Amino acid sequence: MDLRELYQEVILDHNKRPRNFRVPDPVNRRAEGYNPLCGDKITVFLYVEGDVIKDLGFQGTGCAISKASASMMTDVLKGKTLEDANRFFDQFHDMVTAPATAEVKSDHLGKLAVLSGVREYPMRVKCASLAWHTMKAAMQAENNVVSTE
Amino acid sequence: MSTNVASAFDVQRIRRDFPILTQRIHGKPLVYLDNAATTQKPQAVIDAMVRSYAEDNANIHRGVHLLSERATQAYEEARVKIQKFLNAPNAREIIFVRGTTEGINLVAQTYGRVNVGRGDQVLITHMEHHSNIVPWQMICEEKGAELKVLPITDEGELRMDLLDGLLTDRTKIVAVAHVSNSLGTINPIKVIVEKAHQRGIPVLVDGAQAVAHMPVDVQALGCDFYAMSGHKLFGPTGIGVLYGRLTLLEAMPPYQGGGDMISAVTFKKTTYNAVPNKFEAGTPNIAGSVGLGAAIDYLKALDFTAVSAHERELLAYGTRVLGAVPGVRIVGTASHKASVLSFVMDDVHPHDIGTILDQEGVAIRTGHHCTQPLMERLCVPATARASLALYNTKEEIDALVGALAKVREIFA
Ligand SMILES: Cc1ncc(COP(=O)(O)O)c(C=O)c1O
Repeated sequence: MDLRELYQEVILDHNKRPRNFRVPDPVNRRAEGYNPLCGDKITVFLYVEGDVIKDLGFQGTGCAISKASASMMTDVLKGKTLEDANRFFDQFHDMVTAPATAEVKSDHLGKLAVLSGVREYPMRVKCASLAWHTMKAAMQAENNVVSTE
Repeated sequence: MSTNVASAFDVQRIRRDFPILTQRIHGKPLVYLDNAATTQKPQAVIDAMVRSYAEDNANIHRGVHLLSERATQAYEEARVKIQKFLNAPNAREIIFVRGTTEGINLVAQTYGRVNVGRGDQVLITHMEHHSNIVPWQMICEEKGAELKVLPITDEGELRMDLLDGLLTDRTKIVAVAHVSNSLGTINPIKVIVEKAHQRGIPVLVDGAQAVAHMPVDVQALGCDFYAMSGHKLFGPTGIGVLYGRLTLLEAMPPYQGGGDMISAVTFKKTTYNAVPNKFEAGTPNIAGSVGLGAAIDYLKALDFTAVSAHERELLAYGTRVLGAVPGVRIVGTASHKASVLSFVMDDVHPHDIGTILDQEGVAIRTGHHCTQPLMERLCVPATARASLALYNTKEEIDALVGALAKVREIFA
């Protein structure tokens, strides 16, 4: 597979100019995520009102894949209900962990589909999913630390 | 002079001894620059291990039959080869373990458990591998002792000026890397040992990264313990060595309990076997010891001075050409270095560098290299690391630099 399919323009752009790379104010839920394999660290912040994610953001250091994934995730989830967010989590998870040869239906994931290329790079799947696991932990509790191992 | 020695060193002939090196990765010739993680194995090592299983397989120290005698002999011969390799005074001072990690844990759990008490201190350095941090942290936590850390400079050298102040009458042991796996820094072990010994403090040296690159003489170093891994010395995984000074080993309690480490067992009391068997409970990695012995034979047949000169030349060349790549900064610039080139490249994360290089057939390690406190100290979340061994060539360093151009292209 061509590296360009992994490092698509959209991904490189989100890496260079991550969206919602900030601590929202106010914030009422947060979680930290680690990828012990490469030392990536991310904190996801949510402001949840009722069952709606009113605002969210992230901080941390990571590779292009993990940063772009976090950036796109925050873009997509803003204004969504917790239930929607959980559904996105499942669909995203299915997409990046599907066998490289399998057809994946990712239309409903919209622009998140550009990350499907990580399936060809098993070592990088965790990079793409770190932000999502951290977001899920943030939804579930007020203070949480997750690890991809 | 070093040019002469190096040219007498025929790297192409050496490469032919390592079958894996002829492989292609993603359609490109393999450029293996991850030797600090593990080294490749020469055919002689692979053959010796196959022979051990095919012809001499039996348990050791237990059978009266010929095969057991042969297996025992092979195992004990390997011990003597390692003794000579490290110039240890006595073969009984060579304990077989799984690797450096187990060697350090053994000392922490036996010497440490007996000698470290409440309020005492263990001294390590800021550039240690997690395996020379965590075992000490565990024993300190258990005993209510304190883990002290010798700081380093921005270049990645130990702050030797601060050593005296950190060696106190509460310091029970000093544990230090011979060579840093993340930076390549070669530490002044002899000086550290002298200073520690003046205060009667023993020194453990983590030799994981040293043995493949320089002759090691534990008597010249003067250290009390020296731990190493076979797989970083062109030998197999799952076998390593702990050298320990005999008087210390004899006074230490056993590590694990089981067969082979005893001389008599009743339900009331067990009498332990003598050193080194006291520390080798259970059936050991027999084929692994034979493989490690073969790796040492392989190295002995080479001229280690020429090997070192070749690696020095590669390091100097790599430092020059890598340093000239726009945006690249080499991390770890000690004046006394082994052939490790850790680097960062502008704002491209090392993990992305690693993936792109892999597509070009170039294998490097990226991440924190099991040295998180060191990465924090140097203010980098991770580095890309090319680590060289005796079979690497200048052309391979050129391939690394060429692949970095691809990184630049994608992250333009
Ligand atoms: C400096 C250093 N110490 C200790 C170790 C641990 O060695 P092993 O994993 O073989 O036990 C390593 C290898 O990763 C190392 O580089």
